[in-house]
Amino acid sequence: METQKTKYLNPYVGGVLLGLVLLAANFVSGRGLGASGAIKSTLVTAETVIAPAASEKSGFIKEFREEHPGNPMKTWLVFEMTGVLVGGFLSGALAGRLKLKVEHSPKITSRKRLILALTGGVLFGFGSQLGRGCTSGAALSGMAVLSLGGFITMMAIFGTAYALAYIFRKNWI
Amino acid sequence: MGPLSVNELISENTNLFLAFIIGIGFGFVLEQSGFSSSRKLAGVFYGYDTVVLKVFFTAAITAMLGLLFFSLFGWIDLSLVYINPTYLTSAIVGGIIMGAGFIIGGYCPGTSFCGASIGKLDALVFIGGLFIGVLIFGLGYNLWDGMYMAKFLGSPKISQTLGLSDGVFAFLLIIIALSMFWVAEWAEKKFPREEY
Repeated sequence: METQKTKYLNPYVGGVLLGLVLLAANFVSGRGLGASGAIKSTLVTAETVIAPAASEKSGFIKEFREEHPGNPMKTWLVFEMTGVLVGGFLSGALAGRLKLKVEHSPKITSRKRLILALTGGVLFGFGSQLGRGCTSGAALSGMAVLSLGGFITMMAIFGTAYALAYIFRKNWI
Repeated sequence: MGPLSVNELISENTNLFLAFIIGIGFGFVLEQSGFSSSRKLAGVFYGYDTVVLKVFFTAAITAMLGLLFFSLFGWIDLSLVYINPTYLTSAIVGGIIMGAGFIIGGYCPGTSFCGASIGKLDALVFIGGLFIGVLIFGLGYNLWDGMYMAKFLGSPKISQTLGLSDGVFAFLLIIIALSMFWVAEWAEKKFPREEY
């Protein structure tokens, strides 16, 4: 028997709540939210363990270490993103949405969806490093503090996605 | 008073604990709003579901106004709040690459963690892709560090660049957001959809 799905929150109410979470982040830490930074922390840790000699030479890791002295896993974003996994799980559990599945348009196969997800992830991961943050850290948090770069990155992300939407329409609708 | 950790009103460990709590709120609100579904997220680019636009801009405006009011009340010192620096080239090129990743992969980093937390396997694979992408950037850093550092403008506020006060800019942004919400409501009526 299929369990009754709880409906999603009103988007404007969700937006106000998300804004308050972002405000709390700034009030507590003096910085906004983020996501891709936690991935960078994890990779810096892994590289330092697996290939310590190579990691010494990497300009990328050097820059990270200058900004975050100490254990790279003991950073704000790593703790925050661990919370995201817990919060998302709790919400999904309460709403009856916990389910292992590959979500995709009926026009494409699960396999194609997973290949596209991997490709999109690689691009987003790369872009988030070049752009110094993703939709959370650069665009949303940047906009809240009126950062010029935040607004530019936001427009570049959404503008590109709209520009390419027609080409990839069969994957979604 | 604020920011609490910058003013050393709370310890580093308390700061990290609060990061975890704030993260729970972040993940909970994202999931409640439907950001755990890639098809719902992608809807904004086709007009059938504009939840991303509504939540994103409402959140940005709420936090922006909250910071301005907190500053007015003397609750937070905005000069101690981090303003993302502007490197013009990388902000644009990075954004373009992320936009392509968004329409191809259906998630952004934050929402992919949210999707994975309720069992979306496509979100989990997207996260795998994120690690590969960040790793490629790190390994080839010397190839693109010129672009990464190009056109550094400092940390200007968009209001300064436009020659407006923060308050006037905030007011204009609210007007722009309201007009976008109006278009979004119209688009959702025009393009049929189902709930994912």
